[in-house]
Amino acid sequence: MVALIGRRLILALITLILISLIVFLGVEALPGDTATAYLGQMATDESLESLREEFGLNDPLHERYLNWFGGILRGDLGESMVKRKPVVELIGNRFRNTVVLATAAALVGIPLAIVLGVIAGLMRDKWPDVFVSTTSIVGMTLPGFVTATILIYVFAIRLEWFPAITLVPSDVPVIELLPNIVLPIITLTLIMVAHILRLVRTNMIDVMVSDYVQMARLKGVPYWDIVFKHALPNAMLPTINVVALTLAWLLGGVAIIETVFNYPGIGKLMIAGITDRDFALVQGIAIILAAIYIALNLVADVLSMILNPKLRTARGH
Amino acid sequence: MNDCLVDINDLTIGYYTQHKKLVLVLQKVNLQIKPGETLGLVGESGCGKSTLGQAMMGYLRTGSQVLGGSIVFADHDMFALTNKQLESIRGRQIALIPQNAGDSLTPTLRVGKQILEAIELNANLSGADAKDRMVELLGQVRLPHPEVMAERYPHELSGGQQQRAVIAMALAAEPEMLILDEPTTGLDVTTQAHILNLLRDIVLETGTAMMYISHDLGVIARVSDRVALMYAGEIVEDTDVSEMFASPAHPYARGLLESIPRLTLSGIPNSMPGQPPIPGTLPGCSFTPRCSFASDLCTNQPPDFDSIPGTRHFVRCHNWKEVLATDFSQELQQVFHTFKHTTEDETALELSDVDISYYRPGIMDRIQSKPQPTPTVSGITISVKRGETLALVGESGSGKTTIVRTIAGLLPARNGTIKFEDFDLSVEVDRRPMEVSKEIQLVFQNPDASLNPRHTVAEILDQPLKLYFPHLNRDERRERQVELLERVRLDGRYRLRYPGQLSGGEKQRVAIARAFAADPDVVLCDEVTSALDVSVQAAVLDLLADLQHERNTTYIFIAHDLAVVKAIADRVVVLYQGRLCEVGAVDEIYSPPFHPYTETLLGAILVPDPNHEPQLLASDTPELAPPAKGCSFQRRCPYSLGELCEQETPPWQYPAESGGHKIRCHIPIEELSELTRDVGLDHINGNNAVDGSSQVIVQTKSNVEIPVSEPEKRGGLP
Amino acid sequence: MTVASPSAERSVAVRRRSPLAETWANLRRSWAGMLGLALILIHIILALSSPYWVPRDPLEMNSVIRSQAPSGEHFFGTDKLGRDVFSRSMLGGRVTLLVTLIAIVISRVWGGLLGIVLGLVNGRADELLMRVVDALLSIPWLLLLLLIIAVMGTEMWVQTLTFGFTYGILTVRVARAATLDFVTSEFVLAARARGERRRTIVMKELLPNVLDVLLVDGSMNWSWMLLGFASLSFLGFGVVPPTPDWGFMIAKNREILAVQPWAVFGPVIMLSTLIIGINLFSDAFAKALGLDRSQGAPV
Repeated sequence: MVALIGRRLILALITLILISLIVFLGVEALPGDTATAYLGQMATDESLESLREEFGLNDPLHERYLNWFGGILRGDLGESMVKRKPVVELIGNRFRNTVVLATAAALVGIPLAIVLGVIAGLMRDKWPDVFVSTTSIVGMTLPGFVTATILIYVFAIRLEWFPAITLVPSDVPVIELLPNIVLPIITLTLIMVAHILRLVRTNMIDVMVSDYVQMARLKGVPYWDIVFKHALPNAMLPTINVVALTLAWLLGGVAIIETVFNYPGIGKLMIAGITDRDFALVQGIAIILAAIYIALNLVADVLSMILNPKLRTARGH
Repeated sequence: MNDCLVDINDLTIGYYTQHKKLVLVLQKVNLQIKPGETLGLVGESGCGKSTLGQAMMGYLRTGSQVLGGSIVFADHDMFALTNKQLESIRGRQIALIPQNAGDSLTPTLRVGKQILEAIELNANLSGADAKDRMVELLGQVRLPHPEVMAERYPHELSGGQQQRAVIAMALAAEPEMLILDEPTTGLDVTTQAHILNLLRDIVLETGTAMMYISHDLGVIARVSDRVALMYAGEIVEDTDVSEMFASPAHPYARGLLESIPRLTLSGIPNSMPGQPPIPGTLPGCSFTPRCSFASDLCTNQPPDFDSIPGTRHFVRCHNWKEVLATDFSQELQQVFHTFKHTTEDETALELSDVDISYYRPGIMDRIQSKPQPTPTVSGITISVKRGETLALVGESGSGKTTIVRTIAGLLPARNGTIKFEDFDLSVEVDRRPMEVSKEIQLVFQNPDASLNPRHTVAEILDQPLKLYFPHLNRDERRERQVELLERVRLDGRYRLRYPGQLSGGEKQRVAIARAFAADPDVVLCDEVTSALDVSVQAAVLDLLADLQHERNTTYIFIAHDLAVVKAIADRVVVLYQGRLCEVGAVDEIYSPPFHPYTETLLGAILVPDPNHEPQLLASDTPELAPPAKGCSFQRRCPYSLGELCEQETPPWQYPAESGGHKIRCHIPIEELSELTRDVGLDHINGNNAVDGSSQVIVQTKSNVEIPVSEPEKRGGLP
Repeated sequence: MTVASPSAERSVAVRRRSPLAETWANLRRSWAGMLGLALILIHIILALSSPYWVPRDPLEMNSVIRSQAPSGEHFFGTDKLGRDVFSRSMLGGRVTLLVTLIAIVISRVWGGLLGIVLGLVNGRADELLMRVVDALLSIPWLLLLLLIIAVMGTEMWVQTLTFGFTYGILTVRVARAATLDFVTSEFVLAARARGERRRTIVMKELLPNVLDVLLVDGSMNWSWMLLGFASLSFLGFGVVPPTPDWGFMIAKNREILAVQPWAVFGPVIMLSTLIIGINLFSDAFAKALGLDRSQGAPV
């Protein structure tokens, strides 16, 4: 198993290097350079040149890449020329805010999705299943900003229970953020629950008609023992990776929800970065998000290795 | 009827399709089983035997329902019980041993834990007592190192071991009744023989009643006291085992028994035309369309299930008297027939010293310059004459398929040469000229998988025609397709069907037609009949022999069933772990002197004869890889000479002065003849000379030191 | 690997219909699938015909009737610039539909074919390319879309290619995985043993079998693309104003959500019905093709 995990780790590193290349080249390809964008109309050739010199924009491409990648390894994501601040500093609190939001949504959403999915799977084609499955299609498919807008209309404008948008700066303590994140959490949870629930349901149905569950039945095992001992562990195994993917996918799409709610998170920062052509910022955020994606997948792989005897006992590959 | 443990009365089960159409699975089934009795329930696939087995546990598949009749087990009406009551009977009084043990064990639970669960639920034991009982059970099913096995997960056991674990689970509460649903199907012959012996011993020890469900008449003959034969959801005959095999009264029973290849009779058996109807769709007897005795009465009126007066022999046929009028053993002699074909002197295919390996070193392996593992297949030297049928036999893992796929060009040979005319075939197919590819065609085991489900029969047959005969235009190709279908005895109208619309036998014919579309010199047949029912198998063998006769085609024929090989092959190659053991003409292989492995295989064969007793020579311990040196069979060989066999590759020995019979063994040929004589011909001829004991036989000879083959010499313990 | 159980002889009942007819017959039995199909068709018809019958000019601004509630004159009321929300809602899916439909085809073709080929060759090249695919997939989808569009501009053909490319990456994976189920199957081995060329194996043997998966994946991908496109529009990277577009309308009209919610509800209803329709259809379509494994009939 150790060998397998080691192999995964190496693959993850290779993927990360590839991403850094793609992100670097992709952002470099943005039209116009930051210097021009930054100085705008007032730019003179001289001032442009000195700015480029200052940020090393005149160095050859591969040198700049190596500099940048070396910086990442040391935890330095470069300096935003637009904001004239280190990228790490810009991201700092906003990253924390996004993590707070995503964690809260995951803590509510994942258990809820599993419970609902198991119930739907066990009661296949009966009304609770039909209800849950149909609602989940709606929840899963509506774009986040649509769900968010509807929630805002109902809970903020009509019922006035929660604020419609966040009006606190990014660096307030977590406790002050909390009232602002109720609606964003509900939005994120709805999307996430729908995805995971559908998968849990399908796996549960598959497992409940499997030979070993039939065997357990014919062995005389009581129904709930079958569900919890024989079916559930096997239904959950393929779910682990999807939960990780869903979480990572949510992080990618979180920008929109942050924009809708004006929530001071990393996603909103990313969109601002693209609008402002803030190269270093966009590169930094992209690398962070990709690293999270890879880390989540890695955790899921290791977790399923620990829980799946077939993988656990595998030697090498 | 109160002395019966199981009493099934007029049981009818069916389900509704998506179109709300009622489809019957079982109709009016009547069956009684006494305590301690072993009933063999036999029938071809789709006849409803598994449904009956599950119904006896009070279990129906989702969608199915009881439409009439009842099952009474130990005074419980199984379909009148609540779920709670069923739970308390299942596992405790009646237990099921399913076909695929690997799928029936929960993958995330340790084997011991699953058995423990059954013990705690059904045997009223707990804690240390339950644990002791579990270890005892694992020992009872002859699993080596029970404590270690209990700690394993299901996927860490071999197929035979998984089956044993499931048997242990079923035995947990010493139930009065065991239902076994094809428990040995898919296992190797030696493993099968071991498991059947185990089951027989268990019945003797515990007095459990068994219902043994199988499609394999050899297995049924081995285990049953009484046999019930099913056809299209009905029981058509029910009598004791010797009567069933010696003098069956239903035309279907006769047809079925006549379609089995036999070791005692040479040639190809009779095949049964047609296929079973959906239960309940014919107004009269279901077998009418396939029956040679059928009359108007049969077409219009279903026969009753009645006993032959004065006997316990039940049969569902209007004409049983006429059927019984001919003596079955004589009838059997007459149905076997052979096709004349000539083996020419010219060599069609020659393999010399071929090694094949699946191992592909990765980048890391190359950097570390890891040594290559021993090749999967090694040292294969065979030559095949034009027009000859050469059979490759051996258990799974013997490398038969690997060799054939290498000849077909799907794998490269690592060493050695494969010569076809002047071409070297040791390269993969994309490096061979088209004229060579055309001459060598492959037919696969499973017709479900070997035909593209998205193509019509016409498109399937068109592919080789387009590829090899580019000058043919569409109309000419269409003509060829019809002609090919007729050659495999299918109607030209089948062109427009999809594989999903064909029966298994029809699919296999199409697959054969596709191979013959190329007009090849050599056809490689990889287990072409093993996925088919016996009645269909005979027809396919017949067809293959007929096609060979037409163009003098060369066949390389893979089979695990030695009776099938006997029916069709000229020469046989016995393989173990990718190494040659014995090569010779059919008669030479099937009579002593044997290679110890050949003897093991022949000893484990089950034949449709209740008097036959298989001989278990070697253990059925699975081997995952061939040994690095010495004899390939060293770990399981009952006559192993120790050091010598483990270190030195055995030499070829030639029992006859002339002829091609050769055996690869360290034991001198004379001793081999001595050693292997008494297990040899006797049992093959059916006149069983050995008494009932069924332990692993280890013979000892004075001048040869023979260690008792340790069952777990290489038991896969890490 | 040795002995297959004799299941070959099982199916006695013979299906007489072609696979296509069979799929359609299955699909028709699902009310959800038919509802989904109806919703999709209505949207396509609306997109094609709306310019000819909408009651108002969608671009006509009128400062007198800003942010008005729904009325007989304006079914969904007006927006902040006094434009008719109903007319704009009817027209707001034209660009979206055109871009995503073409992009779906593009993603099927390149992603599907590349996936099949990778599954077939299954060697070093496969491993390398899959790493690149993995890397691309680990960049958040929104960022990837935004980056490409920021680099290449917001012309419609750029967006079409962007979506076709981005969502094709996922398809490579799906098609490759589906292919791996078949490459070791005996009919592909049979074709290889015959000496068929690789192109024939891809086009004749693998593609027809992977097509099911590609189509189902395509119909699901379509809804994700719509979601993606609407999100870009919402962020202002989609359709260039003043051309009406649902995502952009929702973004802009949110400002008057409290006074004139219908300016938001109009495009929300349109976008939601389309996406829900596609998903209902996808689910039923997958089941009709037998790809939903939980659909087992008792035999």
